[in-house]
Amino acid sequence: MFQFILRRLLIALPTLFILIAATFLLMHLAPGGPFTTEKPLPDEVMANLEAKYGLDEPLARQFGTYLFDLVTDFDFGPSFVFKDLSVRDIILQGFPVTLTYGFWAFIVAISVGIPLGVAAAVHQNSWLDYLAVGVSIGAQVLPNFVMAPILVMIFTLWLGWLPGGGWQGGQIEYVIMPVIALSTSFMASVARMTRSSMLEILHSNFIRTARAKGLNGTSVIWRHALKPAMLPVISFLGPVFVAMITGSMIIDYYFGTGGIGQFFTNAALSRDYGVMMGVTILVGTLTILFTTVVDILYAWIDPRIRY
Amino acid sequence: MPKLRYFGLVIAATAVLGCGSMAADHLDENQEFTYRLPDQFPSLDPQLNEDSAGFSVIRDLFEGLTTQDENGDLTPGVATDWSSVDGNRTWIFNLRKDAKWSNGDSVTAHDFVYAWRRAVDPETASSYSWYLEVGQIKNAGEIIAGDMPPDQLGVSALGDYRLQVQLSAPVPFFPSMTTYATLMPVHQATIERFGDEWTRPSHMVSNGAYVLQDLVLAEYHSRIKNPLYWDADNVIIEKVTGIIVNDDNTALTRYLAGEFDHLDGLPAGQYPNLKDKYPDQTFSMPLLCTYYYVINQSESGNPALDDVRVRQALSYAIDRDVIVNQVLKGGQRGAYSFTHWATSGFDMPDIGYATLSQAERDAKAKELIVEAGFGSDGDALELRLIYNTSESHKAIANVISQMWKEKLAVRVTLENFEWKTFLDKASNQDFDIARSGWCGDYNEASTFLQLVTSDNDFNDGKFTNARIDELMAKSATSEIDPQKAYSEVELILADEMGLIPIYHYSQVFMKVPALKGWPLNNVENNWYSKNLYMAAP
Repeated sequence: MFQFILRRLLIALPTLFILIAATFLLMHLAPGGPFTTEKPLPDEVMANLEAKYGLDEPLARQFGTYLFDLVTDFDFGPSFVFKDLSVRDIILQGFPVTLTYGFWAFIVAISVGIPLGVAAAVHQNSWLDYLAVGVSIGAQVLPNFVMAPILVMIFTLWLGWLPGGGWQGGQIEYVIMPVIALSTSFMASVARMTRSSMLEILHSNFIRTARAKGLNGTSVIWRHALKPAMLPVISFLGPVFVAMITGSMIIDYYFGTGGIGQFFTNAALSRDYGVMMGVTILVGTLTILFTTVVDILYAWIDPRIRY
Repeated sequence: MPKLRYFGLVIAATAVLGCGSMAADHLDENQEFTYRLPDQFPSLDPQLNEDSAGFSVIRDLFEGLTTQDENGDLTPGVATDWSSVDGNRTWIFNLRKDAKWSNGDSVTAHDFVYAWRRAVDPETASSYSWYLEVGQIKNAGEIIAGDMPPDQLGVSALGDYRLQVQLSAPVPFFPSMTTYATLMPVHQATIERFGDEWTRPSHMVSNGAYVLQDLVLAEYHSRIKNPLYWDADNVIIEKVTGIIVNDDNTALTRYLAGEFDHLDGLPAGQYPNLKDKYPDQTFSMPLLCTYYYVINQSESGNPALDDVRVRQALSYAIDRDVIVNQVLKGGQRGAYSFTHWATSGFDMPDIGYATLSQAERDAKAKELIVEAGFGSDGDALELRLIYNTSESHKAIANVISQMWKEKLAVRVTLENFEWKTFLDKASNQDFDIARSGWCGDYNEASTFLQLVTSDNDFNDGKFTNARIDELMAKSATSEIDPQKAYSEVELILADEMGLIPIYHYSQVFMKVPALKGWPLNNVENNWYSKNLYMAAP
């Protein structure tokens, strides 16, 4: 196991390198640049800006400098748009926000989604099943960009229970709506996936054997069926977890939470090379980390898997 | 580049009228003002600022030599009086002795010298450094280009409270330029101590009516009254909070839920309904911008567009009333001139096709397109129309291409690009028709009309007309009456159809009735929190 982890980490480094290089190259290939505006800047002003941000250097050299600062200093460089902020400042401010609402949304998604899926599978074709499937399809077809404004209308305008947006350091009343909006569609996916995987397991030989040996229903489901049924769900949850904690552009856009999610899209559109790279590296690293965690969980859940 | 076009930003807001008289209202005990910001401003550093959202906050936090009163007229700021000694080439500003930085230091002439040198210093790399060049401050251009050190800039302190500015050409309106962010003073010791981080709330030292209290990126910022501001006794609002809400619909919901006192940016098409429902809270004001279609008349464009009849037909066939009344619904007006109708001093000429009915225009358009050899029985005319991603650009492009297809049998391919790619294509003439919008930098017609001169950097359609060039050149030096020249330029532009004006912008916003002092006639939307107050219910 230790060897496996070590091996994964060793592969992670070249993977990250390729990710950084590809992002860097694609970004610079895109037309326009961070200082392109509708009213073009005079040449000498543009030259000063390019000199300040090192854009006048050859591309290979810019990339080298970037990598060097990143490795030696953990320095992601400056933001090209928010001129008095560094990329590190932006990530340090935005990431805790998305980590908070993403983490809670994840917890809500699995703690509602898994029991719902299990209940639906166990009571297949009963009213409970139809309800669960109905709820999860409903949640699936209500994407968060529809959900978010509706939530604000209900809880802020009509009921007046919750503030319509903002974050205020993560006070509970500001967290609730982002968590609901972000978790519903994931919850629905988790529920449907759990249900179908559970159904398959419940019809398999070893469950029939367990039942034949006289084990009661509860213990069959929770002790024997759940663990293998979770395998496909868990491989789905790894990337989902990363997607959730790195935030959602939609959530930040509608709730003004100030999270890192919106910067991913905005930085690409405004050609903020620094922020774009920083956020990509963050998401890339977390993705690699959590796919490794998922693989370790696999081995723990399914004793047949050995690395 | 003709420099005239930039001087404004400021001389502009002279036509502003205040609203409400304070004496008639009782003040609310709670003097807090909360408003919506559609986007995060990039910087609060006066010299690095490059957008109106940043300026709206900076003009509360810092104060330049001059500032604007509640009517938008020029009024003393840090300077108490000013005069020019040799025909507007050298300006002397006398500074008030009671102006303080928020840490208690006095604001002196040296602070201005430091700030202005900083603005042109290539190391600062300010994207607004050109502002000093436009103001003709001596050696600004050479310093920006790196040919001279910043201390050669034509600004010097004659003692602590006297500032001398030397210009390389006479600029009669120079004092009004000093209301803008780029020429505001900054506190040298703070910047030297904290570097790029000096604008953080805990570090910032400023000299305006407010100081920065809190700033959370992409969430909100707040500013509180500065007790050391020289005119603090007359500042009523105690705390101002700007909350960032990207989505217009959510922002409206939150405004209606009472979270904001002022809402900038209403959801597209909602203005008529809201005006109906909340007549005392919903406002539409002219905004100094024109929406138009650029016609590519360079080699890369469709050769048919070189024919003035085709250009006219395309313009005549657009039913502008449909666009403003049924697509946009925000109090805009259909445009037949490039210059915005509300531009100060502009004398709108009688533009021929503006006076026709749409049916007459359509008939004329059909005639013209047939004469040019196109139309339903003629050759096929195919055009590429490009626009940048936005629901309203898309809707307008759809409607117009439909009008062209039905009336002129012109086949239009719509191409949508994200912003930066769009800019790239537009500035490289990679289109036949491109959507565009132009906002005046100052409140005078030349801010629009310079754009249609042959050598203008922003003339993406490459339209040229010798008479227009001549008129614009002569009006810049006041050889001829500028306003008459502008009217003539508009007439030529309409005859030649160098571009297709579509509508003149308006800005729609809501504010609670208790919020008073909002400048309701300012076509540039400049407001200062120190002029606002909340009336008691």
